[in-house]
Order: sequence, then C-alpha cells, then structure tokens
Amino acid sequence: MMRMSRTAVIGLPILIALPFVVHQLFGGSEKYYLHLLIQILIWSFIYTGWSLMGRFGLTSLGHGAFTGIGAYVTVLLWNYAGLTPWLGIPAAILIAVIVALLVGYPCFHMRITGHYFALLTLALTEFVRLCIVGLRDYTGGSLGTQPRRYGDGLSLYAMQFEPDRVLSYYIALALWLVGLYVWWRVDRSMDRYALDAAGQDEEAAASVGINVTREKLKITAISAAMCALGGAIYAQYQMYIVPDTIAGLGVSLNIVFACIAGGLWVMLGPTVGAVFTQVLSEVLRVTVQGSPMLQALFGSAALALDTLIYGLLLILFIIYMPKGILGTLLDKREKASNQPPPPSRVVLR
Amino acid sequence: MDCQLDIFFLEAVLNGLLLAGLLALLALGLNLIFGVIDVVWICYAELVMIGMYGIFYVHKAGAPLIVAALFGVLLVALAGAILHQLVIRPVLDSAPINQLLVTGGVLFVLQAAATMAFGIDFRNLGIRFGSFTFADMSFSYSRIITFGVALAAMLVLWLFLSRTYVGIAIRAIAQDRQIMPLMGVDQRRIYLITSAIGGGLAGLAAALMVLQYDIYPQIGLQFGPLIFMICVLGGLGSLIGGFIAAFIISEFIAVGGSCFATEWGYAIAFLFFMVVIFIRPQGLFGGRS
Amino acid sequence: MLELTDIDAGYGAFQALFKISMSVKAGEVIAVIGSNGAGKTTLLRVISGLLPASAGAMTMDGVSLRDTPPHKIIETGIAHVPEGRRLFPRLSVESNLKIGAFIPAARKKFEERLAFVYELFPRLKERHAQLAGTLSGGEQQMCAIARALMSGPKLVLLDEPSMGLAPVIVAQVFDLVRRIRREGYTVLIVEQNVRQVLKIADRAYLLEVGRIKASGAAAELSASDEIRKAYMGV
Repeated sequence: MMRMSRTAVIGLPILIALPFVVHQLFGGSEKYYLHLLIQILIWSFIYTGWSLMGRFGLTSLGHGAFTGIGAYVTVLLWNYAGLTPWLGIPAAILIAVIVALLVGYPCFHMRITGHYFALLTLALTEFVRLCIVGLRDYTGGSLGTQPRRYGDGLSLYAMQFEPDRVLSYYIALALWLVGLYVWWRVDRSMDRYALDAAGQDEEAAASVGINVTREKLKITAISAAMCALGGAIYAQYQMYIVPDTIAGLGVSLNIVFACIAGGLWVMLGPTVGAVFTQVLSEVLRVTVQGSPMLQALFGSAALALDTLIYGLLLILFIIYMPKGILGTLLDKREKASNQPPPPSRVVLR
Repeated sequence: MDCQLDIFFLEAVLNGLLLAGLLALLALGLNLIFGVIDVVWICYAELVMIGMYGIFYVHKAGAPLIVAALFGVLLVALAGAILHQLVIRPVLDSAPINQLLVTGGVLFVLQAAATMAFGIDFRNLGIRFGSFTFADMSFSYSRIITFGVALAAMLVLWLFLSRTYVGIAIRAIAQDRQIMPLMGVDQRRIYLITSAIGGGLAGLAAALMVLQYDIYPQIGLQFGPLIFMICVLGGLGSLIGGFIAAFIISEFIAVGGSCFATEWGYAIAFLFFMVVIFIRPQGLFGGRS
Repeated sequence: MLELTDIDAGYGAFQALFKISMSVKAGEVIAVIGSNGAGKTTLLRVISGLLPASAGAMTMDGVSLRDTPPHKIIETGIAHVPEGRRLFPRLSVESNLKIGAFIPAARKKFEERLAFVYELFPRLKERHAQLAGTLSGGEQQMCAIARALMSGPKLVLLDEPSMGLAPVIVAQVFDLVRRIRREGYTVLIVEQNVRQVLKIADRAYLLEVGRIKASGAAAELSASDEIRKAYMGV
C-alpha cells in the first residue's frame, strides 16, 4: 500500500493535467488522443469491475450482459420515456444487479464453479444480446441506436457531454478513480478475506462461519453494478451503441482478456490491461488502414487483422504469462528484492 | 401472436424435431470433449465454420459433394487434434478459466482468419434438394437428410464407444483418469483421439450445415452459444443429456419461432434454460461439476 | 521376478520410502504389512508407475521399471489392483473386464481369458451387464481382481483388498487370493489385516514409516512377539 500512495501522489496530478499536456503536444489532433484516453478510462472502470469477481475465482463470461443492460436501459429510457439518465442510470444498474443476483444465487447456492459457471454466464450474455436484437423496433437491432441528442449535445439534465472532450475526459477520470476506490475498499474489507478463504476451500470457509453464498452475492452485485454504470457512461459518451461492442460474448471475452493481460490481483492490473488492449487495437487499426499493401491483400477484411493478432496474443498470454503483464512484472520485482509476497496475493489454482 | 394448434403448428413441431438432429450432433462433440478431457472448446462453432468453408471450396473446385463432405470431416478432425496438441495441452493443468480463454483466443483467430481469407460475403453452395409435402406440411429434403445422417452418426459413435477398446477407454477415462495407466492406456493418446473425434463430429455437422445455411465468418456466433446452452442444460459432459436437451431446445425454437419472430424463439429457449438452471444448476443429467 | 534395490520415493518435499529393497520370486505370495502411513500403498504405486521413484533400481524379469513409461509397465507382466478397487462405476462389469485387456497382447486372448475369469468368478458372469458401481463390496473386489487378470499378468499387486469389507467377505477375498495363487499367479499383497494375510503368504515384509523393519517367512513373522503385540492385538 505504501507503493500505491507514492504512485498516487505522483500520478494523480499528471492525470489531472493531462488534457493540457495533450493540447500542448498534439495541438490539432487532441480530440483524437483525448478520445483514446477516455476509452481507456471507461473500459478500465469496467474491467476493474469484472476483476472484483475474477480475482476470487468467480470467472464470469457474462459481464457483457451487464454492460449491455447498463447502456441499453439508459438509452431506451431516455429515448422512449424521456427519463433523464440521472434516474435512468440507477434504474439500469438496479436491473443489472437484480439479473446478476437472480443468476448468481442458484449458482452459488449449489456451488457451481469453473466451467459450468462460465458457460452459464455465457448463456446469460447471449440471452441479453438476443433480447436486444429481438426488440429491434426499440433498440435498432444489430444496427444499434443512439440516445436522442438534447440541444447541442452538452447538457447536465440529459447527462450528455460528448462534444466537450475535456469535460468527457474528467468525467471518465472521475469514474475510473471511483472504480479504483471501490477496488481498494473491497481489498481491505473483511469480505475480501472471506472470499479468499472461500476461493481456497469453500467447506472450510463455511465451517468458520463465513456465509459463502452471501459473500459471493455481495461481490457479484458490486461487480455487475460497476459494469452497468460503465456501460451507461460509455453510451452517454459514444452517443451510439451497437450490440456487438457493448453486449455479447465478444465483449465478455475482451473484458476477461484485458484483466488477464493486465494482471488480475493488482489494483491497476485491469487498467494496464485496458491500456494494452485499447492501444493495441488502435495501433493495429491505424497500421492496417495506413498500409496500402495490407489493403490490397485483404481489402476491407484487413480490419480483421487486429482481431487475429488479438486472438494470438490471448493464446500466448494464457500459455506463457497467465499472471498478466503487471502480475509477471511484480513477480519479477519481488524475486529480485527477495521480499515475501504481500498477503494480497492469491495462489493461481 | 399467431399461435393455433393447427397444421402449421404441427409442421413447426416436426421441423423442430429435424433441427434437433443437427443440434444434438453438435452438442455431442462438445460433450465428448468435456466429459473426457474436462475442457470446453469455446471455439467449437468456429471449427464448424472452417469445415463449412473447406467443404464449400473443395466442392466448388469440382469435387462431388460426398467427397467434399468427407474432406470436411477429416479437415476438422485434424484441426481438433492440432488444437488439442498445441493449445490445450499446455494449459491442461491450469485453472478452467485458462482453458476457456485459450479457446476464446482461438475463436478470435479463426473468425479473423476466415474474414481475411474469404471476405465477409455470404456464400452458399446453392444446392437445392427440394421439399417433401405431406398433408399441407412441407419439409425440406436437406433437413430430412441432415436428421438422418446425424442420427446415423450418433449411432455409429455409440457403437464405437460401447464395443471397441479405444471407445471403452474413452468412456473409462472420463470416470477415473488416474488409474488409466494401470490398464496400459496412454492418457495423452486417448485425449488426442477424442479431440480428433470431436473435431470429426464438428466436420460432419459442417457438411450437413452447408446444405442448408449460408457460410460467413461470424456464423459461429449464431449457434455457438446455443450449443453451449444445450450442453449445460443437459448436464455438461452427459451425452444423453445433450441429446435430450437438443430436442427440448429445438422445439422451443421452432414453435416459438413460428408463433413469434425468429429471435423470440431463441430468446424463449434461453429463458427456459435459465429457469431450469435456476432450479437445477447442474443441468438435467449433470452431476456436481 | 521383481527386484527392488534401495528405492526412494515421496510426494514433493515429503519422502515416503527410504532405501526399500525387496524381491519377489515367481509363484510366491509376498505380503507387505504395516500400519497406516507406513508407505505400503506408496510402494505399490511406485512399482506400477503411478508414482515415480526418486532413487534406486527396480526390475521385472530384468527389465528396468524406472525406465518404462507408466502405461507400459503392465506390459512387463505387472497388474495392479488399486486401493479401493477403483472400478469404472458407469461401465458394465464386462466393459470393466474388457478395458483390463486393453494392451495388444491381451486383446488377442480376450475371449479365452474372459471365459477363464468367468469360471473363476461365476458371480461376475451372472452380473456381467450390471453397472460396476452398483455391485456389492465383495463383488467389486472380485471384479477388480478379474480386471487385473484380463491383462494376462505374471505378478498381481493387490492393494488392501480387505479394506472396507465385512469380515465374512474378507474371508472370501483371501480365498480368492489362494485360488489365484493356485492358478499360477505371483501375488504381492499389501494388507493391514496382518493375521489373515500372514496365513496365506509365503514371505512378508514389515514396513514402518517408509523403511523395511523386518522380513522373513510368514510363519516366522507370525510367531514373532513384537509383531503379535504391535499388529495383531495380542
């Protein structure tokens, strides 16, 4: 924790000053770089939310459902019921949490873990995606939909801020910091030790009076709420949502990959994962679009190259670096300084 | 709502039955792999997709359909074996999530590779077998053939698993992995054979699907989650469970689809699935995982 | 037939066997006795390859077992009936027997051996289509032994065959061991039931905390005061 504070003392002012640095350095194209940073921050928040469950062995492939619910419920309530996102977002979060508890309760109660749990959650995310597409009269189906722009797009009432990139950046930054705070609180709470114990040996944990099911449900609710909130803010920022980017199996896999790549047991792990994945896909996209050779070879299909590399990296990561970038680096640092591992480390089963 | 107990309803029910054959075949491969090796191939549907492309191009190049189909089966069987050898083996001893993710990576790779190699246009073999009409109900021959072949394949597999030494070894290893060396069984070889069989079943499914469906790189996302759901509903790893679950789900899809819009058929099927899992999370025939 | 010289083995940092040397000659029934945790089961697992030895030498008819991959050890003529029977519960009795004959040499003789085993254990023939998991304890032990015989072994390793069985059934199981011996099989039997096993064994080894504390003719050991006090409750 000492390490964290020092990083925070240096890092925070830098992050706050960042938009101005960007403006100085990149003048005309600052909107693009700010956009990149905003994406990183929002997804970091979502990934951090997922990692609250992932670090305790509750590997859900269904969080695409929660981001999807967060985004679509907010947008639909605004478009069709005129409900301001200030009320719409809490409603979306509530729905996501209820769904999470409805699915989580039988799973945890019956001690469903591992493959079963992952596939069940996968089914959940698919169900949500199907509903979104099925309700195409309202949601626009696979083509997506937009929240109705209020006035010039800058509005407190409609919670819209997209035209002002700098404002959007600070909102995203605040969101991200909230996410880190939640992570930190969970990490220090009794619940965390209870879940760690349950992760190692459920029977033993139950025998010392830990209500395993209740603990798991608590963390699931928090995790789902964070992802729903992230999805909603994403919708408010992007001003355009499509099932494939905010709901469904692809999103779920992206979330898990980023957390694994970044490092699952460290506070900034998911953020590192977000930086890695967002930067990676941007670099690939720009390279592909800027390369006449690749365009000639594959035409529009060249855009799939980033997914290809993504997939290959995922495979390589899992096989060779299961603790992720940050996790592996921290491991190396520890070995070098010969310290015993901090108690926050849970052994990868 | 457009739902009366009339002849169209019966047609939907029977079509559901025909669809079930294909879904059961797909579920079979996945359940076999899981039951024996304890791994879920998230990319299973993508393997089918590769098979479909393989069959398409071989047939377009002039080979008769049967030959192309055989090629498809062998191609995906090989792909399954390679998948196991290169990707699954290194992570066999890690947490289940690692295995899921690594096959998730393969999912991305296969989809992207297919997009880059074949483009995003829909392709179709353009084979029409016509339909068969009976009492105002019409059934396409391709569906009937698919049903028949799927059933036959499952029968052959059942015989293999119950009569041959390797087949019995495959069933045994799913029940008690550790003592297999005492029987003289090389676990790694059995895993490889099982992976090849799982791939072969996917290839066969591909051969049947090219008769009825368009081919495009993302097609896996259409039926992949459906197959997982069927397997989990039946109890992951249970061959019987998957079979029965396939029939239940197909009926929901077919009937729901004819009463409402197609998506709703799927959504209702999923909803039913969630309800059953709520009551019995390990699936209809599943033991504790 | 079977020769162990200075075998060491363990689980990770925990060493379970220390410099074990023993031999089994053709036609003998050798007992390995000792209390819980003495290392008896570990010894059998090392012989059949389920656990690698960390030091020492093991040969079967001259073939080095340590250099043989675990699934090939059965081909040297060693069949292991594991502790707790370990039948395949959802396979029929006959399927369990069939898998026992998996190795190529055994497949050729399958029909012959099956008939032989059914003659030896008529109860199994009656129940040949029944799922192995539904058999009674004694029947399961019969089936497990029969499964081992299907590979046509020279040496049968029996791990605690009487464990978890009622006394009446235990007597039946030891009768079975006598019968097998009469058919010409060599048997290495690990047992906690010292009294019974010493009655049917030719020689015995006493294992204590991973070391051989005593060895000799079964009758001798049976008469030894030390053993009688410690292990037979006299």
